[in-house]
Amino acid sequence: MKNSTTFTIRAQGDREIVVTRVFEAPRGLVFDAYTKPELVRRWLLGPDGWSMPVCEIDLRAGGKYRYVWRQDSDGKEMGMGGVYREVVRPERFVATEKFDEAWYPGEAVDTIVLTEQAGKTTLTQTILYDSRETRDAVLKSPMQRGMAMSYDRLERFLPAVGREAVSA
Amino acid sequence: MELRGYGMIAPEHLDATFAALADSTRRAILARLAKGEASVLELAEPFAMSQPAISKHLKVLERAGLISRGQDAQRRPRRLEAKPLREAAEWMEKYRQFWEGSFRRLDALLEEMQGGKRKRGKRVVRKAGSLRQAQGRPSPGFAPGSE
Repeated sequence: MKNSTTFTIRAQGDREIVVTRVFEAPRGLVFDAYTKPELVRRWLLGPDGWSMPVCEIDLRAGGKYRYVWRQDSDGKEMGMGGVYREVVRPERFVATEKFDEAWYPGEAVDTIVLTEQAGKTTLTQTILYDSRETRDAVLKSPMQRGMAMSYDRLERFLPAVGREAVSA
Repeated sequence: MELRGYGMIAPEHLDATFAALADSTRRAILARLAKGEASVLELAEPFAMSQPAISKHLKVLERAGLISRGQDAQRRPRRLEAKPLREAAEWMEKYRQFWEGSFRRLDALLEEMQGGKRKRGKRVVRKAGSLRQAQGRPSPGFAPGSE
């Protein structure tokens, strides 16, 4: 059972989410798991009950990728795709991401960085959202720039709303 | 990634919540309001800050829907609105669950890709160093640079 401290997720600045996780494997393998379709569809599924009928990857700058997930219970599908901007095996790749049912403008940009030490790999995944109105409002306020808010800090305000809102 | 299938809320709404929370004074104001409603004067008291400065913070919190004004015409006390915080927390939780589930599967896949040699416990997959494995100590293959 993985120690939960190896996995963190936090909001950063006004538009970013940062996910970090440590894996017990060299980064070449983690990079492969993230970029080879036959491997990606075995794990990038969220909680149980979803499969990945479509997983196509053209791994190069300018290359496209496409994912479609299907919920087993009702056949509901969710599609996503994007274009790779940078690929540097085994340490980094950057890609845009956009959902089929996008109901906000623009695309998000995913940056994945892998660092290895003593046979373990640390993944840092930064997802940057393109939200123009928010960006404009936030840029006017110097206090909001570059502030990271951890999940732990958010949890401190939850006694007012009840602990059941967050069951980590 | 934003997952529509998990019923997540609009990212702009989340942005306003997180941006409002990204300030220690505003977080302190919310912590105080979590204990009960308070007037602007009462909220300004612990800070070496003018009332207009506090009002600016209150506006940000109000615009994010995190606080509301009471009806008392004289005092207009502010009170904490739980819904945006709960939504932000629920969103974070669903997002976290997506990655937690996915990463657990990725752990299992990575183990499989390495021929199961990282498994602790009864199964021994290497002849050399098997005693070390049985003792729960890493085998020499884990040394740095051994990739």
